[in-house]
Amino acid sequence: MASNGMVRDYPLLATRYSLLSMNYEAVIGLEVHVQVKTRSKIFTRVATGYGLEPNTLTDPVVLALPGALPVMNRAALDAIIKAGLLLGCRIAPVCKWDRKNYFYPDSPKNYQISQYDQPLCLGGEVEIELPGPARNLMGEHKRIPLTRIHLEEDVGKLNHGAADSLIDYNRAGTPLMEIVSEPALHSAEEAFAYLTSLRATMIYGGISDCDMEKGQLRCDANISVRPVGESKLGTKVELKNLNSISFVRDGIAHEIKRQIAVLERGGTIVQETRDYDGMTGTSQSLRTKEEAHDYRYFPDPDLMPVVVDEEWKNRIRAGCPELPFDKQRRFIAQYRLPYTLTSVLVWDRELADYFEAAVKAAGEDRAQSVGNWIANDLLRELGKAAPAAVSAGAEGGLSDPHGRFRIPPAQLAELVRLVEAGTVLMNAAKEIFVEMFATGEAPGVIADRRGLKVAAGDAGELEQWCRDAIAGNAKALAEFKAGKDSAINAFKGPVMKAAKGRANPKLVDETLRRLLAGN
Amino acid sequence: MSRNPDLNIDHVARLARLALTPEEKATFAQQLGDVLHHIEQLAKVDVSGVEPSAHAFAVNNVWQEDVARPGLPVEQALHNAPAQRDHMIVVPKVVE
Amino acid sequence: MAGLFYQTIARLSADLAAKKLSAVELTQAVIARAKAVEPRIRAFNSFDESDALAQAAESDARRAAGRSRGSLEGIPIGLKDVIAVQNQPLTASSRMLANFVSPYDATVTTRLKAAGAILFGRLNCDEFAMGSSTENSAFHPTANPWDVTRVPGGSSGGSAAALAAGEAIATLGSDTGGSIRQPAAFCGVVGLKPTYGLVSRYGLIAFASSLDQIGPFARTVGDAAVLLGAIAGHDERDSTSYRVEIPDYAAALEGRRGPWKLGIPKEYFGAGLDPEIGAAVERAIDFYRGLGCEVREVSLPHTQYCLDTYYIIATAEASSNLARYDGIRYGHRASGAKDVVDLYFQSRAEGFGAEVKRRIILGTYVLSSGYYDAYYLRAQKVRTLIRRDFLAAYQQVDALITPTSPIPAFKLGEKSDPLAMYLCDVYTIGVNLAGLPGISVPCGFTAAGLPIGLQLIGQPFQEAQLLAIAHAYEREHEWSQRHPALASSG
Ligand SMILES: [Mg+2]
Ligand SMILES: [Zn+2]
Repeated sequence: MASNGMVRDYPLLATRYSLLSMNYEAVIGLEVHVQVKTRSKIFTRVATGYGLEPNTLTDPVVLALPGALPVMNRAALDAIIKAGLLLGCRIAPVCKWDRKNYFYPDSPKNYQISQYDQPLCLGGEVEIELPGPARNLMGEHKRIPLTRIHLEEDVGKLNHGAADSLIDYNRAGTPLMEIVSEPALHSAEEAFAYLTSLRATMIYGGISDCDMEKGQLRCDANISVRPVGESKLGTKVELKNLNSISFVRDGIAHEIKRQIAVLERGGTIVQETRDYDGMTGTSQSLRTKEEAHDYRYFPDPDLMPVVVDEEWKNRIRAGCPELPFDKQRRFIAQYRLPYTLTSVLVWDRELADYFEAAVKAAGEDRAQSVGNWIANDLLRELGKAAPAAVSAGAEGGLSDPHGRFRIPPAQLAELVRLVEAGTVLMNAAKEIFVEMFATGEAPGVIADRRGLKVAAGDAGELEQWCRDAIAGNAKALAEFKAGKDSAINAFKGPVMKAAKGRANPKLVDETLRRLLAGN
Repeated sequence: MSRNPDLNIDHVARLARLALTPEEKATFAQQLGDVLHHIEQLAKVDVSGVEPSAHAFAVNNVWQEDVARPGLPVEQALHNAPAQRDHMIVVPKVVE
Repeated sequence: MAGLFYQTIARLSADLAAKKLSAVELTQAVIARAKAVEPRIRAFNSFDESDALAQAAESDARRAAGRSRGSLEGIPIGLKDVIAVQNQPLTASSRMLANFVSPYDATVTTRLKAAGAILFGRLNCDEFAMGSSTENSAFHPTANPWDVTRVPGGSSGGSAAALAAGEAIATLGSDTGGSIRQPAAFCGVVGLKPTYGLVSRYGLIAFASSLDQIGPFARTVGDAAVLLGAIAGHDERDSTSYRVEIPDYAAALEGRRGPWKLGIPKEYFGAGLDPEIGAAVERAIDFYRGLGCEVREVSLPHTQYCLDTYYIIATAEASSNLARYDGIRYGHRASGAKDVVDLYFQSRAEGFGAEVKRRIILGTYVLSSGYYDAYYLRAQKVRTLIRRDFLAAYQQVDALITPTSPIPAFKLGEKSDPLAMYLCDVYTIGVNLAGLPGISVPCGFTAAGLPIGLQLIGQPFQEAQLLAIAHAYEREHEWSQRHPALASSG
């Protein structure tokens, strides 16, 4: 990093960067490209796909053969309207398509069909949560305003060899949403939170799977710094190739430091595009402003305008899910769940739905028990069975809506009730749970088969165990008689031990109290 | 014969990715200067309040449903390729 | 009786149906004719003789089996070399696409095949349909059959010349600013530019997307009607294709004989109009008066701006449409390029001819930063005014009558100045800007024996009426039965 001057490590505060001479503020805008999940491409009906043999997803339109013409994909329009509604954008009543003209080998027509001055969605915002003071405390929430969202087509993929480059056009023509934020983010943490929330929203809406490894979510950041109190924006630098959410955070943090270091040295920031390498944590200049493009946008004469009426919006609105933060607020209010538990539940839409289905079967006042079973036992078992499945909601999307969690919600509810009724003890229930997950059997069936239900019979035997326990602990007996009710617990251990853990705790309690009262 | 002072042939040819010979540049500048001179009369038309026409007969919402159909077999897709390897198009190494 | 190759679709279809003639015989006659005259005319870029004969044999077999396909069963049709036919060359008469073979059919191609046509030959044109003389072909110019020292017009010069010389029974061309009507006029045949959106552009190499339209060249208005009926109609692969009921155009010809209200746009009869052409068109107007038509003068006040508007819009769209010809996925690739950017520069420099380069430069310029509003946006607004002129005229009249071209076919090499060449299109361009249907029908000859074309401009999607008006003239005149002297010598 010698070429960038000395870069010291400054403590990253939320929004302020303190230095020897003055305080700086960073201003960040993010441009996020999200691949829309459709069966066919945006302007032709050949299939979309990932990881297939090269150039097997093409047709005359994708390859821009002479004479080929584009035709819109209605599902891609549905998807961007849904994204706009979820993010509170104004949906333009009329929008048109424009050609963005530039030559690049991954762009078959050498123009990209995009939306220039009439994007489909305007305004809107992304709600973010910053890290709280502790893990179990909710952090500060902010609403980051959006400039716009528009729809456009993706390009092909270049594979760079030693002597030449190879082009695969399978990805070309995949629908892309470009989501542009206002320059309203002020730290790497905010950018991280923004992307996390945006990605969850897209996954929730079924709009995109947002798998960054597959290039389904790509992020460019425009970053500038200025002295605190200064209203004029500093010279911005565009950071590209931020291909994981952590790289976005690290890259932005790195760039902020780099810019401050330049200013501290008395230098000036050059308006340029830089490439961040997440593996080495360094960045280098790709091009400076003088080489900027003249895209010669003009309305695409091959495509007709899109007119969005109320009926269309209402149809899409009806299919819009509750967003994670809204769900989290509701879970806390409705089910009285602790923040930490909701954080586990709400970010995976299927998991949240699963939770609610189980709560519905178990009764709302058992919500916390249900939640604990899911957060502790279900996720642990899922992790053991198929680590990928745990994060499927966050990474791979809603790919397995049936049976992803293996245990039907009603059976989880049944297990909660068995424990509560004392029919099975917690330790036994944990074993039962593992078996439910493995076999799909109902908890009662497993408990019966394995004899894990509390032995209900032989009252005489139980009474004897209780007498022995009381006789064996004079100190506790004295305490209990002196009025310390909790001293009764000291007798329960030996009883359970004698019963090899299969005594009904309720019955044990009753028996002990009866004996102690008569004692 | 007129030249248009605004028409920077070098710049425009660069945008259009066209290598022009000095002779072509000189002739085109001259010929297009004439055409642009002729076109100058458009400035006289009063277009205030006139909507631009992108289409002769605009129809809204022309689309297809999202159904995937078979595309070109890869051999057909690459049939006209000037250079290919491993079912991909070969180009000189692209930097950036 | 003239040779088979000069018969109409109507006549040949009857003979084929009556088994007086086979498709193979007809195709052989057309091929023999083409071989005889092609050294002088050079209407074709390529010609797949065995493929044509195989198609003809299939047509005969279908007919024998009682499975004839449609209105063009067994009829040899030539296509301008900008319309894709699967597994056939598609060059746009450009060095850029000299070796390109289309892996797919244009929609019109699919429809012609479905109607039983025999598709043969790739017809010469101006490179990427840019020009008015077919001299811009990268391969060779085409000669006008009426005078081989003259141009056939353009850009669909090969389509017009082949038909006039008896090298096809009918052909298809494309018309962006007059590229069907002007060569039809120069070559003494019927040429129809349909309403924008009536015929699918899918598989037509784009020049200017908002203006391009495929249309037929035919010996008679009746044949043009048959061909239009075969290719017209909505196509879901072309977003600009219009959903409209397709009538039986051929049947509509005899349906109504007028009288129609006809408009004479005064701006189309000013300075620059060849007096012989003016006189021929006047006689045609008198003919319509004689039919009982009400003829009145109308005004299209923005006519003087058509040319400028056209050259801005057409070149802007072309500059973008032709960006795909970059030597990467197909087409000419320069050798020895040092990097990809150099590959673009050199491939395009080597692949495109002068007129294409000129238009790409102009189109790139009018879209470039700082000039868009003054040129492209303004031109789109003037286009609105031009359309309004026509629509206002149609409040008063059913159709307009004008000359097709201000001048008859000029000498090869005569017009070297691009602007002078552009001015040849003054009467045809407005029709494209307004998206209207226009037809050129033969209406006489100059003293030197060169054909003269009469242009009739119709209302949007009213091709049935336009064809009927043209037919009413044609049936009372015998221009279409004249053939170039080439006929007797060939
Ligand atoms: Mg962008
Ligand atoms: Zn974009």
